[in-house]
Amino acid sequence: MFHTNASKPFLIFLLMLGLNATANARTTVKVDGSSTVFPITEAVAEEFQKEQKGKILVTVGISGTGGGFKKFCRGETDVQNASRPIQATEDLQCKESKIGYIELPIAYDAITIVVSKKNTWLKDITLAELEKIWAPAAQGKTMTWDEVRTGWPKKPVRLYGAGSDSGTFDYFTEVVNHKAKVSRSDYTSSEDDNTLVQGISQDDSGLGYIPFAYFEHNRNKLSHVAIKTPQGKLLSPSTTTIAEGTYTPFSRPIFIYVSARALEKPEVGAFVNYYLKNLSTLAAQVNYVPLPEKLNAMVRSSFEKKQTGSLYPKTDEIGLNLETLLRKNARQ
Amino acid sequence: MRSPFKRALEFVVERLLGLAATLSVGITFGILFILFREAIPFFEHVTLKEFFLDTQWSPLFSPARYGIVPLLVGTLVTTLIACTFAIPAGIMVALLLSEYVPNRVRVWLKPIIELLAAIPSVVFGYFALLVVTPFLQKLIPELQGFNRLSAGLVLGLLILPYMASLAEDAFKSVPRSLREASYALGANRFTTAFGVVVPASFSGLSSAAILAISRALGETMVVAIAAGMLPSMSLNPLEPSATVTAYIVQVSLGDLPHQSIGYQSIFAAGLMLSLVTFSLNIVAHRIKLRRMERSDG
Amino acid sequence: MKALISSQQRRAKIYARIFVTAAFAVLGLSLLVLVLLFADLVMQGLPRLSTAFLTSFPSRFPEQAGILSAWVGSLCVVLLCMLFAIPVGIATAVYLEEYMNKSWYNSWIEICLGNLAGVPSIIYGLMALGLFVYQFDLGASVLTAGLTLSLLVLPIVIVSARESIRNVPDNLKEAAYALGASKLQMLRHHQIPYAQSGIFTGVILSLSRALGETAPLLTIGALTFIAFLPQTPFQDTFPWINFNWLGDPYTVLPIQLFNWTSRPQTEFHQNAAAASLILVTLTVLLNLTAIVLRNRSRRKYQW
Repeated sequence: MFHTNASKPFLIFLLMLGLNATANARTTVKVDGSSTVFPITEAVAEEFQKEQKGKILVTVGISGTGGGFKKFCRGETDVQNASRPIQATEDLQCKESKIGYIELPIAYDAITIVVSKKNTWLKDITLAELEKIWAPAAQGKTMTWDEVRTGWPKKPVRLYGAGSDSGTFDYFTEVVNHKAKVSRSDYTSSEDDNTLVQGISQDDSGLGYIPFAYFEHNRNKLSHVAIKTPQGKLLSPSTTTIAEGTYTPFSRPIFIYVSARALEKPEVGAFVNYYLKNLSTLAAQVNYVPLPEKLNAMVRSSFEKKQTGSLYPKTDEIGLNLETLLRKNARQ
Repeated sequence: MRSPFKRALEFVVERLLGLAATLSVGITFGILFILFREAIPFFEHVTLKEFFLDTQWSPLFSPARYGIVPLLVGTLVTTLIACTFAIPAGIMVALLLSEYVPNRVRVWLKPIIELLAAIPSVVFGYFALLVVTPFLQKLIPELQGFNRLSAGLVLGLLILPYMASLAEDAFKSVPRSLREASYALGANRFTTAFGVVVPASFSGLSSAAILAISRALGETMVVAIAAGMLPSMSLNPLEPSATVTAYIVQVSLGDLPHQSIGYQSIFAAGLMLSLVTFSLNIVAHRIKLRRMERSDG
Repeated sequence: MKALISSQQRRAKIYARIFVTAAFAVLGLSLLVLVLLFADLVMQGLPRLSTAFLTSFPSRFPEQAGILSAWVGSLCVVLLCMLFAIPVGIATAVYLEEYMNKSWYNSWIEICLGNLAGVPSIIYGLMALGLFVYQFDLGASVLTAGLTLSLLVLPIVIVSARESIRNVPDNLKEAAYALGASKLQMLRHHQIPYAQSGIFTGVILSLSRALGETAPLLTIGALTFIAFLPQTPFQDTFPWINFNWLGDPYTVLPIQLFNWTSRPQTEFHQNAAAASLILVTLTVLLNLTAIVLRNRSRRKYQW
């Protein structure tokens, strides 16, 4: 039909495929889920594969925590990256597919309140003031900074934050407005935190909330805003305060969930063991705050005992202290 | 005369080709089917009245509001900006290529324009956000960081190669004899171009335009990155908005559990977009038919 | 009479000049943007380009990260896509133009096709998830990706093929019939060769589209971190070729790009710029084949 010789390019293509490096044994561990947890899992997968010299392969996807859980509860993935605890509907799905899961908190992700470096007057803020700014009632009403705190200039309030489909959004709104997803909606939201950084850094009257890692890498453009407790103490985010748990309530644990059914495959157990063992170093390398060692030890023991089920009640309660939960679990 | 083998071959080929054509129709119905099926649980919770009449789209906030119109406004405004630029620009460029530019030049110029289509939409999106918006902000100070103008213009750039390339093909297919006849009557290149070539290739032009518009309506990444995620009823292109496609991507790759109504809202939104595209296509098709009838007769 | 004609001519000359200036301005503007984009990509990404970059797997360290799995994946997926989309697209176009009678059903098919071109790519992804991944049980594999992308670009191929087939003048077709050709012979040796150049345009546009897609592939299970390649199709035993690689996991360049752009470290942004350059180069290379073929057919089959 085509008056050309199409077979030559096709042969070349086949030849190119032949030049690929291959792995004869295709034992693979499949991980999917949150893009927040992805950097840590990527680091672990990279090192694990190097250590295994290619005998065990690991693949990591970013379908999102929701999409990931869907695949996880269908038995399509072995490990799930989750930026939030499993929810009731997902737990039910897993039960229906008879997939038990082991919940393993692995690190802290902290939300940092930031302003542009050009901003000279916003240094700290109380939770009550945050609520004043971010509550739905504020939409169209609280429009200048002097309405929030006397002494602040009469500049327009411009807000930046996470997209409403993300766990960060849920968490922030739960902490500030006492109920998840309750928020004013006239703010600049973006999935891409780099975009938020860009926007905030150029806006001397703007305020936003971003993950700690993005603040760390942009200290030259952004200043953090300390949280002022009712007692007058100033809480600033740093690797120490987050790890100690003193930077509350804006640090939340992130998790991996391991499928009990997948654990029947030895490679999955090998991977998760490696994960837990090297977690602290690797998480720090990618700017996440690892859990303090005592909590890590409790997580490791709960994996060894293969304790299934979630420590988090299905009521979407937030701000539960991880240490308390883990201790309670360890005692059982 | 014709061997039975040949006749059988013709028959088989015709059936195979028909099968291929049915596939396309099948896909359309497959998509509509999936959208409907997944959107039904959504409509069990949300009344049609609320869906069409509410002026706010915030399904992921609490309390949730499910008015689809802001999303549609966002999509339509960006598409309108894109097409206002791309369709005339595409036709102009195509005319240049087919009527004015010598053959030797066209041979490499057309592929360069098609190169615009080779750039991934993600790159275009960041280009709009990081280069076009700051530049436009110098001209229009009230322009916000996320806005529909940059997104629309860059979207126009994205669909320009489609319009230009397909239009140029359409112009090239106009028989030389028609052009020669026009020149023989003393017309210059411009009059020939607009008086003869363009009307003669109307069918190809409208197909190209429909393809370009559809592409703009369905484009995801450029608008997701550059136009922001703030559903609003405003028609002001200097403000951010949210398009249907950007919303769908945001939610489907986000953290929501897949059984939640927030997730199901993407199918309802997708369904609306399909219906809008469908109606546009029917209207365009009618216009095309009527035009062809007039020119044939 | 004389005065009338010359005033018309004068007006035509003025319009012509305005048009040409405006058109060249638009062309210039588009090319300028293209140059700007490239300059930006090159400035950021060129320092990062090296053989190591092209032959390494992704990593958490930006200096060590590479796009090997990404470009191989992109190549496999897009070539599969073209393998399905081109024959099916041309076949559909031929059927619609030559075999179908001009009935209302035909109108509906045209409307459906225009509609399909406007369906957001992610919806294709969602549909493919239900159909290919679950129903046909093809899993998150190279084959699923190829099939999904082929559905995505099918409308482009069909529309351009259809227009070019339609534009072949009737006298050429009638001439073939007059010499005793059957319908099949006429199509194969006359109509389709003349329509080739338009079909190639459709192929060029679809290649570019397929290579740049992110969202639908993510939905059907394309990975973001994969440090190995699909299996080689060659084997030591008869029949010396296997198709295992079709079922393997994969990633593609736009996904890698998108992932790197959203990381906080600026070095990853440089990687992303370099990856963009490679992606555009890959697209251009693939397009070049189609462009050369198109030029050859345009020269050969003129009317």
